[in-house]
Amino acid sequence: MIIDPQNLAAIVAMALVTYATRASGLFIAHRLELTGRLKAAFDEIPAAVLSAVIAPSVLATGWPETVAAALTMIAAFRLPLLATVGVGVVSVVVLRWISG
Amino acid sequence: MSSSWTEAREGVRDIAPAAIAAIPIGALFGALATAKGLSVAEVALMSAAVFAGGAQFAAVEIWRFPAPVAVLAFSTLLINARHILMGASLAPKVGALRPWQRALSFGIMADENWALMERRALTHPLSASYVFGMGAFFWVSWQIWTCMGALAGSFMGNPRAWGADFAFSALFIGLIASFWKSRTSSRARPADPRSGFGGRVVDLVAGFWKGSATGVTVVASGLAAALAYRWVGPPWHVAAGAVAGIAAAALFSGGADVNASADQPEAGPVAEAREEAAS
Repeated sequence: MIIDPQNLAAIVAMALVTYATRASGLFIAHRLELTGRLKAAFDEIPAAVLSAVIAPSVLATGWPETVAAALTMIAAFRLPLLATVGVGVVSVVVLRWISG
Repeated sequence: MSSSWTEAREGVRDIAPAAIAAIPIGALFGALATAKGLSVAEVALMSAAVFAGGAQFAAVEIWRFPAPVAVLAFSTLLINARHILMGASLAPKVGALRPWQRALSFGIMADENWALMERRALTHPLSASYVFGMGAFFWVSWQIWTCMGALAGSFMGNPRAWGADFAFSALFIGLIASFWKSRTSSRARPADPRSGFGGRVVDLVAGFWKGSATGVTVVASGLAAALAYRWVGPPWHVAAGAVAGIAAAALFSGGADVNASADQPEAGPVAEAREEAAS
């Protein structure tokens, strides 16, 4: 159980930066006057952020991942969350096996 | 049973699928981090203090010895900059929490529990019990499974062989779909006269183009992020995709005014926004 001082410094820096990004929303939210087009854009922040995070593994890895993501998306509209994850994991394993 | 206990239990119930899906992701992170040369204590400290899967994976990817503190902090800032928007979107919905509760709960705001809090806020006011029941459960389970992964390390074999690396993507696709559904189901749509799978697919596609800014957002964000990932490299893809998706939603909501008159009346966030824009 060792913690290197330089690694500790890096982890603390990462934690401080992360907390700053998380807490800053509390201070800017009440200054935003959201109407019309801006509100419509704001409503779509969740989907925009989540899509951006997974885009590399879904669109820039290989066809098995892209097809598995499409199957997962179809499953996601019919099945609960955990079953959706199951469909994604199983289909990527099968499709990777097919692709060799 | 007090209602706050019920609220906390509902928080745990709602996050449980995401917490289970995060088990292989956490274990994978722990194994990768120790393979890179971090100690188990360092893995535990990072999971507890940073608690951000995407940033933690990216950090392990670029970790060197001695640790490049500024590079790691900057990469973390870029990947987690999305929290600023997420927090700004969530902040008006936590009015029932005391200031210290807001400061603490936003400190454990990850993609999954944030997305589920947003979803909850569509139908219920957010209570401290719900927020902390959900957040604490998710935080503790992330600690357990990243540490288990760090301890198990090389015993796990190749995570690609059992699809563990894809669980993260599949989980996020499920969360995106739950937002998409919440948008389309909140509008008054007449029953679809077609039947069968083909009809349902047509309906899905029609709902995509007529009803939902979410579809436009997902496509714009995904394409921009994939291109940025290819041509600029990580971690810039997160910012590029988020900006493109949000811009597309703004353009869609404005552009839809032109041809919306022929469609059936709509209700929901986009239509509300449109009405506000018109008035």
